[in-house]
Amino acid sequence: MPSAVVIGQALVSGLLAGGLYGLLALGLSLSWGLLRLVNLGYFAITFLGAYLVYQLHESYGIAPWWAAMLVVPLFFCLGVAQHWVFLRFRVSELASLLVTFGLSVIVESGIQLVWTADYRRLETHYASASFKIGPLYVPVLDLAACLAAAALAWATWAWLRWTYVGKALRASAEDPDIAAAYGVDHKRLSYLLSGICAGYAGVAGAFIALISTLAPSQIWAWLGVVFAVVIIGRVGNPVGALVAGLLIGASESIAMAFLSPAWAPVVSFSALIVLLLWQPDWL
Amino acid sequence: MRAQTGLAGAVAAAGALGLALLPMAGMPAFYDSFLYLVFFWISLATSWAILSGFAGYFSFGHAAFFGAGMYTTANLAAKHDVPLLATIPLAGLVAAALGVGIGAVVFRLKRLRGELFALLTLAVTFIVATVILNTPIDGGSGVFLSNVPVPKIVASQSGSIYVLGFVLCAATMVIAWWVAHSRLGMGLAAIHDDEDVAETKGVPTFRYKLAALALSAGIAGAVGGVHAVYVGFLTVGDTFGIAVPLYVVLMSVLGGARHWLGPAIGAIAIGTSLYAFTGGDMAMIGRAIVAFVLIVAILVLPDGVVPAVQAWLKRRRGAISTAPVVVAAVPPVPRMAAPDENAPVALTIRDVAKSFGGLQALRGVTLDVRKGEILGLVGPNGSGKTTLINMITGHFPLTSGTIALGDAAIGALPAHRIARLGVARTYQIPRPFAHLSALDNVALSAVFGGAATSIAAARADAGCWLSFAGLGGKAAALPAELNLHERKFLEFARALAAKPKLLLLDEVLSGLNPSEIDRAIELIRGIRAEGTTIVFVEHLMRAVVELSDRVAVLNEGTLLALGAPREIMRDPRVVSVYLGKDHAA
Repeated sequence: MPSAVVIGQALVSGLLAGGLYGLLALGLSLSWGLLRLVNLGYFAITFLGAYLVYQLHESYGIAPWWAAMLVVPLFFCLGVAQHWVFLRFRVSELASLLVTFGLSVIVESGIQLVWTADYRRLETHYASASFKIGPLYVPVLDLAACLAAAALAWATWAWLRWTYVGKALRASAEDPDIAAAYGVDHKRLSYLLSGICAGYAGVAGAFIALISTLAPSQIWAWLGVVFAVVIIGRVGNPVGALVAGLLIGASESIAMAFLSPAWAPVVSFSALIVLLLWQPDWL
Repeated sequence: MRAQTGLAGAVAAAGALGLALLPMAGMPAFYDSFLYLVFFWISLATSWAILSGFAGYFSFGHAAFFGAGMYTTANLAAKHDVPLLATIPLAGLVAAALGVGIGAVVFRLKRLRGELFALLTLAVTFIVATVILNTPIDGGSGVFLSNVPVPKIVASQSGSIYVLGFVLCAATMVIAWWVAHSRLGMGLAAIHDDEDVAETKGVPTFRYKLAALALSAGIAGAVGGVHAVYVGFLTVGDTFGIAVPLYVVLMSVLGGARHWLGPAIGAIAIGTSLYAFTGGDMAMIGRAIVAFVLIVAILVLPDGVVPAVQAWLKRRRGAISTAPVVVAAVPPVPRMAAPDENAPVALTIRDVAKSFGGLQALRGVTLDVRKGEILGLVGPNGSGKTTLINMITGHFPLTSGTIALGDAAIGALPAHRIARLGVARTYQIPRPFAHLSALDNVALSAVFGGAATSIAAARADAGCWLSFAGLGGKAAALPAELNLHERKFLEFARALAAKPKLLLLDEVLSGLNPSEIDRAIELIRGIRAEGTTIVFVEHLMRAVVELSDRVAVLNEGTLLALGAPREIMRDPRVVSVYLGKDHAA
């Protein structure tokens, strides 16, 4: 039985890791829920963002947040371009999964060609900065990622809930034909949303560059758990994604404190399976 | 045609024999290994398609079955000295058991959406992988098979593995072909298009899905068993990685997952191109090129290569005639007298109630339908007519009450059992199986609902029913090529092909023009003359009065009135329900 401090520390790091899950899940959840496109390429794009932030820092000494300012608009354009292809070929939900898998492989190959398969790490003097609350250490960068996730999730939720554009987007997701009959220009909105989702990938990429070690193979490491978060948080629900991310993160790290770390994946996937079998109404 | 098929069979057999004997030719081991990998991908992709391509339940969990097979063979052969050949069927069995276990839980879920099934299977893969990693099955250090003796089928070890891979591949292709041309394949194709309708037409959907999953998983497990010796060293990371589930999906989709040959074509294309680029940067560029080709293929040929080629061949043979079909006149049938009150009861409905959450759609309906009777079921929108039909066919479970067909209680039976007892229905909005020809749409009912002994017999039957419904010239057409009125008659034909004792018609006349309505009325009389009991829901009062022996009026989920059509039409309660109280005087 681990001590209270160990459990408390596990909870803190789990919640913070969960924030990053939530951040990654955000764009995926929105494009799946509101555009009916399952974007597997999201992970590859996120890592591309991370590598770009890393490279801008290494080559030109640009601070990661300034680098993110450059990467996010670039990715917005990439997202719009990708969506143009999807609309042009009327890609179905299932086909989108396969097409974006293809994109992921291309991006992964590109990353490996440019940056090799070696591990890369963005070294900064604040990389391991942390502060203490009582006996518990809180790493600053993880906390920042978590707060960014919360801010983006809340802002997105508010945008969808209260603005005309947000309502139109939700209406289109529900029934594109009826929404169109009421004057919603679904195409323009969907371009906007895909751009935003790709922009979120840029933000997530910047935090991954700051927090984690980069390798091309890491692209696939997040796939399972983030999909679990997207579904548990209810597809298309930004706040749900964040809450699910926090829950999964916390439960994983608590499980790791009690069992060996190797058992961690069982937690998120068992939760996912139980939920899918139980099928509560809010899912 | 027959000679052609025979020739194709002979060529295939000769080719297979040639491939099987290839290792004798003493090629360099490199070719053995290359061809083995092509066979490996063909078997895996084809096995995946048996469930996911044929029935449309996309699985990302193929690695779980494949990996279960690999680890079964590795453990039995390396740690317990079981002869390698004996472990391969066991590997298949373990994987099939895993598949049946998952399917038995998952397929019971109502409204299981496709992408949820895909993710569920992915999640299962991660869990299986974690369990294997953390238990002595793997233990985290991997399993070596270097000391496992490979039976000497041919001189070299790589040749022997090649032969094993080839045999499995050939067996897989035979199984896939057989499934595609059997009742199972027909049922799976129907499940793919519309599972509810398939169940109502008599397809035992749960059992079929389970059988397809067991076959699919079993083959993957056996393939994994052979592959364990091929790789020689297993790790959880390599076995349960993303490669297997994604490549099988890509290969199948590229080739055409619904066709038994499609996955093999895709596997050959992707498998060889993967092998063409090996080593360092070339491998990376090669992967990227494969991925790019895949993207283009899916964008341009969303259904896959094989269906695209088939469609092209069909077009070349000449477009199906688009000329309007000459509708065969149905010979006038003498009006049969209504069965009298002593006629035996065909359908007994007692206190049937149904609520959806808080909404009470039916609040206790009691009704007897006599044998050989035509009963009209009318009522305002939302009065529960279609719900009652759905309860009789078993589409919804009863909230309370009983339904009996003759003496047999059917209230608690699954829909496909009810269909087999002789209940058939049509849908208000036609719901044909989109990827089956008009002929096969009808033949499916004859196979699963009727007494057809073989698919060939069912197709012959189906041809007659299509002619009966005036669709004789449209047998090869897909439902999308039919207009609304033709689809309505297709609904008729496939209900009739089941040779039902009880036929439920849900607004078959709506949307038809007056002469089509006359034709349909004659058709319905003709059906009754054959001895079928008919319940029909209809808003068109002319048809109700002309056809019905008795009319039942539903209002707000209760039976408001029941009797001869002309009396019912004068009943002030009925008039008030339809036209409002002012007109009821």
